[in-house]
Amino acid sequence: MNLSRTARIVLWGFMGFGLSFIYVPLMLVVINSFNKNKSFNWPPTGFTTMWWTKAATNPGVKDAIILSVLTATFATVVALILGSLAAAAIARYKFFGRDVISLIFVLPIALPGIVTGIALNNVFTNFFGGLTFFTIIIGHATFCVVVVFNNVAARYRRMGATYEEASMDLGANRITTFRLVTFPMIRNALVAGGLLSFGLSFDEIIVTTFTAGAGQTTLPIWIFQNLFRPNQAPIVNVVAAALIVVSIVPIYISQRLTQERK
Amino acid sequence: MKITRVRKSVIAIAAGALLLSGCSSSDSESAGGAYAGPIQDTPGTINVLAWPGYAEDGSTDPNVDWVTPFEKETGCTVNVKTYGTSDEAVQLMQSGGYDVVSASGDASLRLIFGGDLQPVNLDLIPNYADVFDNLKDRPWNTIDGANYGVPHGRGANVLQYTIDKVKPAPTSWSVVWEPNSPLKGKITAYDSAIYIADAALYLMSTKPELGIKDPYALDQTQFDAALALLKQQKPLVAEYWADYTKYVAAVQAGSVVAGTSWQVIANVLNGEKSTVGAVKPKEGATGWSDTWMISKNTKSIDCAYKWLNWIISPATNAQAAEYFGEAPANSKACALTASKTHCESYHAEETDYWSNVYYWKTPTEECLDGRTDVKCIPYAEWVKAWSSFRNS
Amino acid sequence: MSFATTTRRYFHAHVWARISALLSLPIAWLGVLYIGSLAALFITSIWRIDTFTSKVVREFTLSNFIDVLTDKAYFNVTVRTVGVAIAVTIICAVLAIPMAFFIARVAKPKSRPVLIALVITPLWASYLVKIYAWRTMMAPESGFLNWLIEPLGLSSPGFGMFAVIIGLSYLWLPYMVLPIYAGMEKLPDSIIDASADLGAKPGRTFLKIILPITWPAIIAGSLFTFSLSLGDYITVQILGGTFQMLGNVVYQNFALNLPFAAAVALIPVIVMIVYLASVRKTGALDNL
Repeated sequence: MNLSRTARIVLWGFMGFGLSFIYVPLMLVVINSFNKNKSFNWPPTGFTTMWWTKAATNPGVKDAIILSVLTATFATVVALILGSLAAAAIARYKFFGRDVISLIFVLPIALPGIVTGIALNNVFTNFFGGLTFFTIIIGHATFCVVVVFNNVAARYRRMGATYEEASMDLGANRITTFRLVTFPMIRNALVAGGLLSFGLSFDEIIVTTFTAGAGQTTLPIWIFQNLFRPNQAPIVNVVAAALIVVSIVPIYISQRLTQERK
Repeated sequence: MKITRVRKSVIAIAAGALLLSGCSSSDSESAGGAYAGPIQDTPGTINVLAWPGYAEDGSTDPNVDWVTPFEKETGCTVNVKTYGTSDEAVQLMQSGGYDVVSASGDASLRLIFGGDLQPVNLDLIPNYADVFDNLKDRPWNTIDGANYGVPHGRGANVLQYTIDKVKPAPTSWSVVWEPNSPLKGKITAYDSAIYIADAALYLMSTKPELGIKDPYALDQTQFDAALALLKQQKPLVAEYWADYTKYVAAVQAGSVVAGTSWQVIANVLNGEKSTVGAVKPKEGATGWSDTWMISKNTKSIDCAYKWLNWIISPATNAQAAEYFGEAPANSKACALTASKTHCESYHAEETDYWSNVYYWKTPTEECLDGRTDVKCIPYAEWVKAWSSFRNS
Repeated sequence: MSFATTTRRYFHAHVWARISALLSLPIAWLGVLYIGSLAALFITSIWRIDTFTSKVVREFTLSNFIDVLTDKAYFNVTVRTVGVAIAVTIICAVLAIPMAFFIARVAKPKSRPVLIALVITPLWASYLVKIYAWRTMMAPESGFLNWLIEPLGLSSPGFGMFAVIIGLSYLWLPYMVLPIYAGMEKLPDSIIDASADLGAKPGRTFLKIILPITWPAIIAGSLFTFSLSLGDYITVQILGGTFQMLGNVVYQNFALNLPFAAAVALIPVIVMIVYLASVRKTGALDNL
């Protein structure tokens, strides 16, 4: 598309402003992880790497990261199974109530997290006997299913049913068709959905606050507890800076996988 | 949802908690006697729900830790969770998972009558013998002769101010209430319905015609006056606080220069150099007297009892009271504090100081000051009014 | 015939069997557990609490709804919350549409995954840390923003509604960019070329062709920004000063007055359901 000079300048301007808007606060986080002053008043008073060494040896951080990784993994596995099952049903079949079920699969993300949180908390404390590690997973899986469902359903729609029909016409049964034809085609969507689901679960704080048991400290909960503590807040910045850096690669991969093939 | 049928007589007991009258609670959930003992050496894990500064395990400051020594000595593992308001404490205890809680007077009765706690067998806690007499068997932790916990200490909610920014040093709560306060926009207030009592306290001095005798016993007129005062204060407030670490950060950043506070917050701020002062103003103050209590459903009863005995032992009570900045409960702690004048400065052994400190307690419909001609506003209404006020 | 063959033939012949097999687990989870827990929550709104112990008492009462509807404060906070959600959505859209367009149409194809990765990466930085960074940026006297604009004679607006709007817009911007970018990527070049061939200037093409076609994607993005802003309470606590939104009301009352909190929680749910129902026709739900 041919754009005038003004149009190009405006668009570059928006892009530049947008990226700076996004990254200036993150730069601040990284800078503050080297800040000598614990109260983060600007401008910073001195440079130090001691927070990075303290973060590396802090047992609370390590336990929190492990718990978060475990929770996110389990939640993503559950979400992948449930999400792809549902996506297959919704995208390939027309049946009474399909629209309603589609709507149900949007609700966990459409409704505010605090509503999901207190609803689950109410049920867990009164009928499940309390909050545990598994209640966190249940809470996370509930909204992770939506993300996987959306990705896989979109892929099913784009793919069209022709390949599967051709496969069955040629004599393969449904299971073989799924194994050899469908699965390879939705694989990328599963990976992308899984990555997004993992990321959502890893950073989730609102629903987790209501579904985590007494001793369960996921990383966001640990951050929440230590966000304002004078001796711990700088460590929080270190953790955040590390997370940003670590996550760039999986995100890039996920984006490459979901790109439209032209 | 637990169905609790609380009969009027039980409310009367709670209300007239100062009088331990006849009928006992027949709520079957709190029946069942206390642990008979003896304390075994079974290892276990206890989840402790505590006010900040009450159960320090080295995570705030590596040198401040009386949890790890406990763990080493008894083999019990301790997980500490801190909370910011009594309301939070009640909710967390009710949702389960905690074995021991340090509850103020405005939470303790709600927990006892809600069936969340078990009575405590004081014979299994040798250190209880040394607790100050005037902290034993108090109405907020002893029902019908059944003790529900051991006292930790007591203190007042102080008026804290940043020394450089507030000159001269304030002696009255007027700096946080009066519309013409020079500190407008930089005040903080406690983010809990119980703060209505602080407004009532100020009215006790400034509007004696209202006849408020007890800031927790407010009839409709007095209650409305307190809410009006709070509305008047709102434009002065920068933030309402419930998380003490956020309070510390706000003072350090300069967005808050004065407001109601706990001594521990001032102590943390003054850690490296003296930046804030803390006083009990001339109008008096609200305060708290906290009790360590045991959950009904604890799975590590021996560790729970061991913790109670440990936390009120002279050495630990001295450490905790000094770190937080309050009067200890154990009379022998006074000799063990690092500062020899600690008990004196916190008035641990006297009674005059406490005469205008009004400990947190749960307001009930039966007026806590003994009036029978009017109905007082119960705490549930306080919470509703506070929520409405905060969102208006 | 073997058991496997019989089952296979049965499933092949009966569509319902296949659908049920696929849907039974997900429906059990979302339908029973999730919808069930929502129902359990909203049922408590017709009950009340024991005024002393704060435990729920299962006696029918409409007092929670009466309180929510008659107290002016709750009307005010609802209006404020919806207002903030709308403001955040508009700000995000204004920023995201040009950005998405740039990435989809102006940037070289090779750099597209990189640019998108750059936009999405902040999603992986902790929500709390990002908001805390804004807190230090907007601190009234010692913040970064104050330091930046002081030479101009201005000062940081401090904590309050404005800070909350900025903070929320910052948080949800990637959620708006993603679906819009996906929508713009799908635009066939042929339509745009045709429009140019027929003599339309780029601005007109954008308004008359591109925007209407990507409108469902924009609405899809707005679903995120709107719903996430409607229920947020943490950002409000950290950046809001004394400002409160619906999420805070629910959070404050959940502990001691679950029926009332449930009644208040119905407000954002109803708002979202109305919004969802009205955008279904635009096909936005396929763009999520």
